[in-house]
Amino acid sequence: MIIIVDYGIGNVFSVERSLEHCGAKNVKLSSDPDEIYNADRIILPGVGAFQDGIKGLKDRGLIEPLQNAVTQGKPLLGICLGMQMLVSSSKEFGHHSGLDFIPGKVVPIIESQKSKVSTLKIPYIGWAKLDIELKQEATKSVFNGIKKNSYVYLVHSFHVQTDNQNDMNGTYNYDAIKVTAAIQKDNVIGLQFHPEKSGEVGLNVIKNFLLL
Amino acid sequence: MGFKAWSLGYLALINKRLIARLDIKGPNLIKGIHLEGLRVIGDPQEFAKKYYEQGADELLYIDIVASLYGRSNLTEIVKKAAHDIFVPLTVGGGIRAISDVEDLLRSGADKVAINTAVVKNPKLITEIANRFGSQCMVLSIEAKKQDSGLWEAYTDCGRERSGLDVEQWVAQAVDMGAGEVLVTSIDMEGTKKGFDKKLISMVTNSVNVPVIASGGYGQAVDLKIASDAGADGIAVADALHYNRTTVDELRKHAVDFDMPVRK
Repeated sequence: MIIIVDYGIGNVFSVERSLEHCGAKNVKLSSDPDEIYNADRIILPGVGAFQDGIKGLKDRGLIEPLQNAVTQGKPLLGICLGMQMLVSSSKEFGHHSGLDFIPGKVVPIIESQKSKVSTLKIPYIGWAKLDIELKQEATKSVFNGIKKNSYVYLVHSFHVQTDNQNDMNGTYNYDAIKVTAAIQKDNVIGLQFHPEKSGEVGLNVIKNFLLL
Repeated sequence: MGFKAWSLGYLALINKRLIARLDIKGPNLIKGIHLEGLRVIGDPQEFAKKYYEQGADELLYIDIVASLYGRSNLTEIVKKAAHDIFVPLTVGGGIRAISDVEDLLRSGADKVAINTAVVKNPKLITEIANRFGSQCMVLSIEAKKQDSGLWEAYTDCGRERSGLDVEQWVAQAVDMGAGEVLVTSIDMEGTKKGFDKKLISMVTNSVNVPVIASGGYGQAVDLKIASDAGADGIAVADALHYNRTTVDELRKHAVDFDMPVRK
């Protein structure tokens, strides 16, 4: 069973559809802790504010089942906000604790957004050229067989900085800034881009996740 | 131009999006001129799938009469689209309340574009941005040039004057939480005479969020004109619907013009 975690936030229809499109059977949207305990693979989607996301998980008693999945070695994929929640903390609207599955923090793409000096647009909305830097065997990564310089779709104002370089799996360049697009530590994977909205490249990423 | 192309590449700015725009009335894909004189073209799903396969960066659905009649088939159309199409979907027309936004997002939309309802109640912009994130709240503007040389924002599918000056309105809306702007030139829409370059530069110079230019695409060079005016997304409608061009052809033109685009 593949569980898409439903914690009252974000557009999950496309995530569900993309999994089915990639041949996944038994995809279920769930906010039931037991079902998450019993899942083979878990997807943590999400769009919106960090603290709302963490609160949504807490209120539904989903943090422990997710921790359990991590220690059990089950593939866990966080997308967008779901990825950001995987790390230790976030600076979005204050300081908030994350799930801490991967050591790191969520920071604004541009630290001083209001600065008149910056002409960079935020949120970043659009397709970026992905620099994949695998730190693990390709077959243990969602990027197995994905061509270098593939384009993916992102929408965000904040991004993750991992404490360990080894957990970084992909970036893209925005002006002089290296923005984090993908992280992985063992069975925990985070994607800032939307594989369900990144055309063929994204669908191939999802197919790889189903093979992990 | 050589220097500009080099500097754009070096700076790694956001790639320009090539967007297929589908205007909807009831269950049909339609096309008008100056947002009027509607003509039925066909089944939106058929066209949407074609544009996805041709490599569109995004699809933009606008129900152009929904705000007039207060009803919309958009949810069903979006749900169908999201079933087979795995690129971003931006959807507008007749959205009035948080619950409308929720329905569309649940159906697979990534962003909502709102004009009439936020002109009447600008606070809705902030409510939507707070609830779903500003990236989700696209301010849709239908702009018509006035004798004064300024642009006025129109509502209800280009029928009603709002009294709002586009330059001031766009800045206010972004301050209130709009994360993107879709600007449609009523004057150029459906004319094939090119985008309203001055309108696009005025809007892109007024705000620091992405801007989608819509209305007037006629030939390849119009892509470059919109891009040079600062547009982040360029929407093309009837040129695609009537097979005057394809999305892959647009992309080839964009590359030839050294525009930064997805390759």
